[in-house]
Amino acid sequence: MEEKKVSATVGSSEKKEGGTEHGSESLAQTAHASHLAHEAQMGSSGATTTAPSTGRAKTIEARDVNLFYGDFHAVENVSLTIKPNKVTALIGSSGCGKTTFLRSLNRMHELTPGARVEGSITLDGEDMYAGGVDPVRVRRLVGMVFQQPNPFPTMSIYDNVASGLNLNAGKIKKSQKDEVVERSLRGSNLWEEVKDRLDKPGLGLSGGQQQRLCIARAIAIEPEVLLMDEPCSALDPVATLAIEDLIGELKSRYTIVIVTHNMQQAARASDLTAFFNLEESGKPGRLVEVGETETIFTNPTEKATEDYVSGRFG
Amino acid sequence: MAAISSPPGGHLAGGLLPKWAPYAVYAGSAALSAAVLAATGAFTIALTLVFAVIVACIGMYVWARAVEGPRRAFDRTITMMIAAAFALAMIPLISLLYEVISRGLPGLNWEFLTEDARGVINGGGAAHALVGTLVITGVAAIISVPIGIMAAIYLTEYGEGKLRKALTFFVDVMTGIPSIVAGLFAYALFELFLGPGIRLGVMGSVALSVLMIPIVIRSAEEVLKIVPNHLREAAYALGTPKWKTITKIVLPTAFAGLVTGVMLSVARIIGETAPLLVTTGVIDSINSDPFEGRMQNLAVYAYSEYRSPGIDKAASYDRAWAAALLLIAIVMILNVVARLVYRRYKTEIHR
Repeated sequence: MEEKKVSATVGSSEKKEGGTEHGSESLAQTAHASHLAHEAQMGSSGATTTAPSTGRAKTIEARDVNLFYGDFHAVENVSLTIKPNKVTALIGSSGCGKTTFLRSLNRMHELTPGARVEGSITLDGEDMYAGGVDPVRVRRLVGMVFQQPNPFPTMSIYDNVASGLNLNAGKIKKSQKDEVVERSLRGSNLWEEVKDRLDKPGLGLSGGQQQRLCIARAIAIEPEVLLMDEPCSALDPVATLAIEDLIGELKSRYTIVIVTHNMQQAARASDLTAFFNLEESGKPGRLVEVGETETIFTNPTEKATEDYVSGRFG
Repeated sequence: MAAISSPPGGHLAGGLLPKWAPYAVYAGSAALSAAVLAATGAFTIALTLVFAVIVACIGMYVWARAVEGPRRAFDRTITMMIAAAFALAMIPLISLLYEVISRGLPGLNWEFLTEDARGVINGGGAAHALVGTLVITGVAAIISVPIGIMAAIYLTEYGEGKLRKALTFFVDVMTGIPSIVAGLFAYALFELFLGPGIRLGVMGSVALSVLMIPIVIRSAEEVLKIVPNHLREAAYALGTPKWKTITKIVLPTAFAGLVTGVMLSVARIIGETAPLLVTTGVIDSINSDPFEGRMQNLAVYAYSEYRSPGIDKAASYDRAWAAALLLIAIVMILNVVARLVYRRYKTEIHR
């Protein structure tokens, strides 16, 4: 019955009652009044207002996080605070665990067979890996945009944006759905380009438009945090710039974490930068340094960071 | 070994055989083989063809080597061998189609399609067999498709480790079950409950399901595997539960392939004879109720018309051929429809 409890979280006020009820019975048998358990109420207020409040962005706090793929220790002892309404960039060479770490922030890491997480990651103080927490609920609150634009191939532009609602909510009024779709597409700066062809397949768009469609899809369900895994690596510079501008706008409403290989992008688009590194291949990746982006790029504490950001290796 | 010697007449332009060279070589060697064999008094068509291919390959090599050099000569020889192998593979298919069509077409008339053989001493149609085939196969599909597709979903989406491997192995084993074994299984199963000598349409369907389920699983599994993982992850990242990801994202994306696989598996089992002989029996009137009484079908009809012909043997044989042609036509239609469905509904997947 997991779909039931998620259904209410998406934001239809009609569903509110049922959702709250299911939410409290399904999440954490400990029925503490946490937002992970009761965000149904917050969700329902979010979707109906045209201008969502800025208060939804949340802090993520990782403490001594160790990530494994089977026996392979991928990420070692990462402690990192991700601040609300800021863009945090994760940089570092390939294979150093940035993406793995990012995927642990909305419990996508465990989808890989054999993958394990140790340590604690909290969303506004609540442990998202606690015993009774449903990963499906965590992912509802922590949205994700992937490296390759991946709109659903069977769906139109409209349905792609509405997919979060269609998949997780019960029946929603068409007018309400229209509103969410328009707001999300405007939010991802795609509305003007696609408003006349909402019923066309999402795959008909260009790569950059597809990626903005995916962002619209992610923000349509009003998450609190948005994770982006190299969102521009498959895009040309113009489309990249559009996404970066968008990231700048989105941070007023969401906490954003972005993995990037592009130093300029990290410098341009982020407020905070965390540098990951691995001493040699086969060893786990570690967090070397985190700080204000400007500090990291101009005056880092660690030698490794300086080498990396100045392009002397990696 | 002066391999890269410039061919005569320029640096790039080399000697090149004319386009018709392979055909000419084949024609020439066929004529030569026929003449030589006729002269020695050992002429047969089969022997001529065998010799023609051998002579043609050698002749082509010699000629091409002289004009074009060893590399192209080798290439041409291999090409000719492959063409010959392809022709060899096509011969049985074409001769079978020719035979069935030429012998079956005269018997395939309106009467054959609309009348049964009840009370007819010599003659009648195959309507009862056609109805039986459609009912038996339809019920078999109703049983097999849900089981097969759900099993495939289990194998691709849920199954892990040793259990998954074991199941895959047994599905493979099941695809190799001799069809008569499936028939005997179904017979034994129903006999257990309904007593010996029982013959029902649905028994045939169960027997066919035993054959069909592994085929459906295999094809559906392949199709579901093609659905890229990033689509599942995109759905999960929206907070979609697993079962909804499967029903709303994975299955629609794979829809065309699933339908095609089902159609092809139906085409594969619709012509089964042995399992139906022991389960549905033989009857000469129309019966469309799979749960009551015996049921005829086209394959068994063709078999029994041939096995126990009426007074006019030739007419019985004609009906057997006509039934065979009808069966092939149904299989062909299923294949064509499967292709059309695939083309119409396939999902473009960007990786």
